[in-house]
Amino acid sequence: MLNLSLKELSLALGSKKFTSVELTQFFLNRIKKFNSSLNAFITIDEEKSLAMAKKSDQLIQSGSKSCLTGIPIAQKDIFCADGWKTTCGSKMLENFIAPYNSTVIKKFNESGAVNIGKTNMDEFAMGSSNETSYFGTVKNPWNHDCVPGGSSGGSAAAVAARLAPAATGTDTGGSIRQPASLCGFTGLKPTYGLVSRYGMIAFASSLDQAGPMAISAEDCALMLEVMTGYDNKDSTSINRKKQNYTNCLDEKIEGVRIGVPKEFFEDTLNPDVQKVVQEALTQYEKLGAKIINISLPNNFLAIPAYYVIAPAEASSNLSRYDGVRYGYRTKEYDDLMDMYFKTRQEGFGDEVKRRILIGTYVLSAGYFDAYYLKAQKIRRLIANDFKHAYEKCDVILGPSAPSVAFNSGEKQEDPLAMYMQDIFTISTNLAGLPAMSVPAGFIKDLPVGLQLIGNHFEESKILNMAHVYQQNTDWHLHKPKGID
Amino acid sequence: MNWDIVIGIETHVQLKTNTKQFSGAPVEFGKEPNSQACLVSMAYPGVLPVLNKESVNSAIRFGLSIEAEIASRSIFARKNYFYPDLPKGYQISQFELPIVGKGKLSIDIGDDLKEVRILRAHLEEDAGKSSHGVIEGKSGIDLNRAGTPLLEIVTEPDMSSAEEAVTYAKKLHNLVQWIGICDGNMQEGSFRCDVNVSVKKKDTDVLGTRREIKNLNSFRFIKQAIDYEVNWQIERLEDGGEIEQATILFDPESGETRSMRSKEEANDYRYFPDPDLLPLIISDEDIKKIKKLMPELPEEMKLRFEKDLGLSAYDAEGITSSLDVTQYFLSLIDLGVNPKLSANWILGNLFSKLKEKDIGIENSPIPPKKLSSLISRIQDKTISNNAAKQIFEILWEDSDKEVDLIIDELGLKQISDSNKIDEIVDEVMKTNSAMVEEFKSGKDKAFNALIGQVMKASKGKANPSQVASILKEKLSK
Repeated sequence: MLNLSLKELSLALGSKKFTSVELTQFFLNRIKKFNSSLNAFITIDEEKSLAMAKKSDQLIQSGSKSCLTGIPIAQKDIFCADGWKTTCGSKMLENFIAPYNSTVIKKFNESGAVNIGKTNMDEFAMGSSNETSYFGTVKNPWNHDCVPGGSSGGSAAAVAARLAPAATGTDTGGSIRQPASLCGFTGLKPTYGLVSRYGMIAFASSLDQAGPMAISAEDCALMLEVMTGYDNKDSTSINRKKQNYTNCLDEKIEGVRIGVPKEFFEDTLNPDVQKVVQEALTQYEKLGAKIINISLPNNFLAIPAYYVIAPAEASSNLSRYDGVRYGYRTKEYDDLMDMYFKTRQEGFGDEVKRRILIGTYVLSAGYFDAYYLKAQKIRRLIANDFKHAYEKCDVILGPSAPSVAFNSGEKQEDPLAMYMQDIFTISTNLAGLPAMSVPAGFIKDLPVGLQLIGNHFEESKILNMAHVYQQNTDWHLHKPKGID
Repeated sequence: MNWDIVIGIETHVQLKTNTKQFSGAPVEFGKEPNSQACLVSMAYPGVLPVLNKESVNSAIRFGLSIEAEIASRSIFARKNYFYPDLPKGYQISQFELPIVGKGKLSIDIGDDLKEVRILRAHLEEDAGKSSHGVIEGKSGIDLNRAGTPLLEIVTEPDMSSAEEAVTYAKKLHNLVQWIGICDGNMQEGSFRCDVNVSVKKKDTDVLGTRREIKNLNSFRFIKQAIDYEVNWQIERLEDGGEIEQATILFDPESGETRSMRSKEEANDYRYFPDPDLLPLIISDEDIKKIKKLMPELPEEMKLRFEKDLGLSAYDAEGITSSLDVTQYFLSLIDLGVNPKLSANWILGNLFSKLKEKDIGIENSPIPPKKLSSLISRIQDKTISNNAAKQIFEILWEDSDKEVDLIIDELGLKQISDSNKIDEIVDEVMKTNSAMVEEFKSGKDKAFNALIGQVMKASKGKANPSQVASILKEKLSK
């Protein structure tokens, strides 16, 4: 059960090699064994998971099974799941039990997948190391001294340590791809609008996008088929024909033009990571792809623009956590203002407060034009850079993160150094493009991820590129020590 | 010193939709607290707004009715502030690009028509309500109203008296009901005005500093609040004081206004485009479709009534002052009653009685059909106007009674037989010879006195116009 892909698990369940209850129990046991050290999950509910597994077994018995039926999936604790505690990694929602299902959860439920638990994450998805979580840091399964990346750090550790066959994540500035890179598996952030945001607790609405985190590109493709689709509950959801992502995985990549942006290989990139990426490029060349040098001249503006737009939206999105209707409320207070101040002071962590302050500032009268409007203009320039680039190439390739996993605590006191973690991922969120991180090698036993960026709605293309690479390499099959 | 009064009005019109502005929750008034609040109304984590198309159509209808430009692309923005009855911590509104642009509404001021320029109208959502004292020692929050669709209609500062402001408000109140976008119920808060008032010296073009009176929900309060506020501002300025920009509240109990917050205390709302909603795109086709469904507007109907039905401008204005009045009038003339007589009766006897009893015409104890049978008996000269008034009073108490039966019972049938009238006139002339002499010696007044005597002798039943002509003829002999 440990080493099977989603497709293999599905076949095994279909041919009754084992039941969903057995499979679910197998992973629940693994979680019991490893979660105390990794802290990948915030909520585990054996009873609920096993009840779901039982139902899935009935579906399988009755022959009405789809590809994820019976398979346990770890859900990032940002997705509201009816009856489940949904904390978003925050004290503010420590005891919040969601009264409804997010569209993503609903789709997994309808497919018969089993919710194996809610994974740890940076508070309100703000962070690149999972160190801002109210529920404690998550260990990187490859090296417990290191961070797993963030914000989907719990999902990342769960997938890397095989505590679940696959997991969901969300990616606002790199929160799927950077942890996938740091934990050595495959993660994909879809085109903005492809996966419904309904019921996914908002950080920065114009950037947030949910996606799969799994061992291989093929697994990601299967997950994506479940997750995507138009949703009339999300006004930014895109109404287009649902795609099949597994059909074209094996297509030949001969002649595919890979654009390599020179800006991704400047001094911010660790030379060892650069070497790994170069080797991957060589591999792709061998497979018949063409390497084309391109430029994304405004990429250096991505981080400053992002750290205006994302906090601006967040400052407004997080206003609802006021202690009035649900969630944390301070114990003692004199009046309404006092209740607001204390509730938000005590309920939010430092990084969340920092971003609320930044966001409030950049939207204030007198600063709006200089910050928010300017950032929006930069956003358009960045999108245009990609538009021009895709006139010359089919996919863009680069590193996912500037380095391998760093030590816990190393960047905690230096927010700007932390923000640099997303230097290669943020521009695709700003442009709304699909991108994925694919394992491509190791530096001193720590995994390195390769980033593939596609044009809008070209998830199939990057999945195809990743899959063909994974058919010719085994980086994605390496496992951390001590998890068997 | 002479002062000009400058008034602009922002009206919050609650749109008559089935569901809320950005969710499927119902919008019924007066329900159990929080029973009309869905997860979106309560701003649960993860929920998202979806725009109500019905409210968009309402806004377009309004835009068309004031000849305004409908924006092909408008933007929803977040207005950020903290308040317990504002669950998201922001209100979704429109800021820089509203759905309805510049338009105009004409109001009748005496015999003149004055144009009030509408600056804009935009879609937004209402907040909930805080209630104090319902639960002891605590404040309660009712989110039933949270998310209710509103159209905020903003004028230029074009009104120059409390009367003009009230006339505008009434006209707008009629219009939004007329085009079917608002139920007009002011007590339930479906139509609320924020009135901006400033004064300036007559010899200058520089506008004074304005103060905004919030949330006036009756025409009487609008008048009272403006009157009080204008006096307050003028007195203050004449005493050498200054006016500070402020938001103020009107207290109907005391009839006074008081400051709620000054400019310094004003919120910085940090407006920015709502990333959860796409720009609202409206095509010419959409507008054309809605245009086809628009009713004849009050202004158009008024002109038509003057031209085709021969109503006076005053009567036509009165008859089109509200959709309910118009409908009552149209029912009458559909029953074949003379339009002028109908208008007279509605605006005269019926209106004064309704006003006296504080009843809306839609709930009139005398339905159009009954009034039509009464008026038609005037029209065919069966009864006199005075007799009709008598019958009207009886019908008011019991509209089940038949008009013809009442006429018979009370013997109110008019005498139109000229022989009979001849006889009475002769008799009266005989017994009042002194009056006849007075008239003949040139005292015209005596004529009316004689008519009075004839009417008296006929117990009010003689047809007055017939009496007049017969008397005239006989006196000239």
